[in-house]
Formats: sequence, C-alpha cells, structure tokens
Amino acid sequence: MESTVKSDTLVVKNPQEIILARQKVREYARLLGFNLVDQTKLITATSELARNMVEYGGGGIVVIELIYVREHRGLRVTFEDQGPGIADLEMAMQDGFTTGNGLGHGLPGAKRLVNEFEIDSKIGVGTRVSLVRWV
Amino acid sequence: MEMAKANTIRLMSEKMDELLQHWIELHLTNLSLRKDMIGNENLYRQSKDFIEAFVQAADGADLEDINRVEWTSVRKILAEISTNRSRQGYSPSETASYVFTLKEALFRLLQKEYGLQPDILIQETLTISKILDKLGLYTFETYSKAREEVIYRQQQEMLELSTPVIRLWDGILALPLIGTLDSGRTQVVMENLLRGILSTNSDVAILDISGVPTVDTLVAQHIIKTVSAARLMGAECIISGIRPEIAQTIVQLGVDLSMVKTRATLAGALKLALDMRKLTIVQIGKA
Ligand SMILES: Nc1ncnc2c1ncn2[C@@H]1O[C@H](COP(=O)(O)OP(=O)(O)O)[C@@H](O)[C@H]1O
Ligand SMILES: [Mg+2]
Repeated sequence: MESTVKSDTLVVKNPQEIILARQKVREYARLLGFNLVDQTKLITATSELARNMVEYGGGGIVVIELIYVREHRGLRVTFEDQGPGIADLEMAMQDGFTTGNGLGHGLPGAKRLVNEFEIDSKIGVGTRVSLVRWV
Repeated sequence: MEMAKANTIRLMSEKMDELLQHWIELHLTNLSLRKDMIGNENLYRQSKDFIEAFVQAADGADLEDINRVEWTSVRKILAEISTNRSRQGYSPSETASYVFTLKEALFRLLQKEYGLQPDILIQETLTISKILDKLGLYTFETYSKAREEVIYRQQQEMLELSTPVIRLWDGILALPLIGTLDSGRTQVVMENLLRGILSTNSDVAILDISGVPTVDTLVAQHIIKTVSAARLMGAECIISGIRPEIAQTIVQLGVDLSMVKTRATLAGALKLALDMRKLTIVQIGKA
C-alpha cells in the first residue's frame, strides 16, 4: 500500500520554470533527509526531464510527491506533457540519441540517477515520465 | 450617441480651465507622495495638451476605437506620460490614475451641467466612461511595456556584471561563474572569455564552476562548446570547482568530459595553469 504524504504540482513551460521545479525538488529532497549526492542526482534528473518537456513537449506539469510504501520513504517526480510524443522509445533511451542539438544523455542519464524510472509516450498524445528515489 | 458626444466635447472645451484645475487637483491627491517629482507647470501644460488633443480627436472620429489614426496624438501624449512614469518608478495605479481622475473631474462637470436632465446625464456619462476606460487601459499597457524594457535592460546589465573576466597572471585568465548557467548566460560568458583572451593575449583560462548549483547535460554541453571555442583561438581552458557530488552525477549522466582539463579547486587549476605556461612559484626565505 502506497500513500502520498505531501505533494506539489508545478507548471513548467520555460527555462525559468525549470529552475523553480529544481528548487522544489531540492526542498523535498532535503525534507526527506537525502544526502548531498542523492539530492544532486534527483535535482539533475529533474532538470533533464523538465527540459525535455519544455524543449520537445511544449511544456507540461511536474508533480513532486513524498511517498510511503510500508516502511520505505521516497521521492517521486512525474513529468507529463501533451506534446508530440516519442516515436521510438527504445531509440530515445539510447545514449547519444537526439533529435535536437542535445548530447542525447538526458533520458538514459536520468534513468541511471534514480531507483525507478518509467516512461510512457504516445504519438500525438504526449509523454509521461515518472521517477522514484528511495531514502 | 452623436448628440451625447457633441455635448461632452463642447463642454470640455468651454469649461477647459475649470476642468483642468479640478483634474490636476484630484490627480495630485492621488500622487500625494510624489508631488515633488513632477513640476506642476509641466503637468498643467501636459494635461492641457491632452484635453485639446482629446477634444480634437473626439470631434472627428468615433469613440469606439482608440487605435484609429485620429487618436494618434492622444495616444502619443499618454505613451509619453506612462513611459516616463514607469522609468521614474511610479506605481501602475499612480500612472493609470492620470486618466481615471480626468473621468472623475468630467463627471462632476457633467453633473453640474446636466444634473436636472438625468437622461442626458446618463448618456453622456456612459459614452465618456467607455472611451476614458479604454485610454486608461492603454496607459497601463504602455506602462507595463516600458517596465519590461527596464527589467530586460537590468537583466542584461546583471549578466555582464556577474561574469567578470579576471587576469590572474600574465597569460592566465579566470572566470568565476556564479548562478544558473542557462543559454543566455553561457553566451555572455563565452563572448567575454573570447574577448578577454584576445585583449590580454592569454593562452590559459580557468572557468570556476563552484558557484553553479546544477550541472546537467545542457550545462555540460555549454562548457564543452566554450572550451572548444577558446581552443580555436589558441587558448586552453581548465574547469575548476567541480564538487564531488557534481562529479559523480556527471559521470552517471554519461557525459564525457575527458577532452576538458579539470581540477577540483581553483588553487589546483592555477597550479596547472602555471605549469602549462612553464612558470613556477618559489618561496624566498622563511615565511
Ligand atoms: N517530452 C518529450 N516529448 C517529445 N520527445 C521527447 C521528449 N523527451 C525526449 N524526447 C525525445 O528523445 C530524445 C532524447 O532525449 P534526451 O535523452 O533528453 O536527449 P537530448 O535532450 O539531448 O536530445 C530527444 O532528442 C527527443 O527527440
Ligand atoms: Mg534532454
């Protein structure tokens, strides 16, 4: 049984709002008592996914949740946009793949920075990425 | 409508002095704290110009659309007032009150003139309200636009100020970067660095990122681009101030910074820079 203890929802559609999302995640990560390395990982993963949303998804929302599953506490961050979606997920998850001018490490890199990573995307509907890091 | 328009406009020019005096009084009460900031002379002249322009425009054009060419000089006067006030730090409501107090003064004038003819009074009031509200909004819009320009300029100045290029030694530059490295900022950093390399004839530059809170793939890419650009100009960059948690995160992200020289601290970077320039610091005597 999972329960959400506290959550925040932010609209992110420009670079300024990416910074705000990072700050919110930092606040939650501190609250949960993550060490500096884990805080940095969460913030950096957030930065990558929020930027993808702004860059490719036309902006979207970020939901930050402090969750409990039995005795485990964790931070979940969900990114959801209603952009064009990703045609080939397997391809997008490869290191170095970019359709923009990026380094192509955002998605695979973010996945390596967290404990759980789920991505779901439908052409013409949008993209949803959800990540969790346990304390 | 035509009738009403003619009435108000006629009244405005006939009772110009009374209207002006009343209007300015009302307006100055609204600006109680800043009376000193505008010369009253100036305000009087400006307001007279405004009423004259208004009467002229309203006489020749319809009162629905203030974007029409007949309203050009009215808009021009308002734009000038709100732009000036925006730059001088007046609040939006202080600025908008210029037009709204004219409305108040006009209502009193109309009241006095048509107090016994409610039909006309209502018609006149409605007509004049509509147009003055539109002009009030216009004032507000120009005010905000001028305000945005001020903020934009300050931001640009901040950008310049927050990315200094320091000459550490003959041929060695340092750029302490503090704050978020977004694309606009990186552009400024890169330009300042390249200009600094050229003007000081330096061949080593240290970019210290200990004040950059987050290093994601975009920031890493910006760093790589900056280093490559400097290299094209014959200068080598050293990145210093990569905190342990950032180093771990960059590696996990999969970013390859192996083409970039890095050091943990600024002191370490300076030592490397001196080595690269074949310089060494020696102690002479006891400290
Ligand atoms: N929210 C999204 N909506 C649409 N396409 C996306 C989204 N996020 C990622 N992508 C696609 O996946 C690719 C890989 O993303 P990423 O790994 O972050 O690398 P980069 O951002 O450097 O291109 C992007 O180039 C883009 O084509
Ligand atoms: Mg990306």
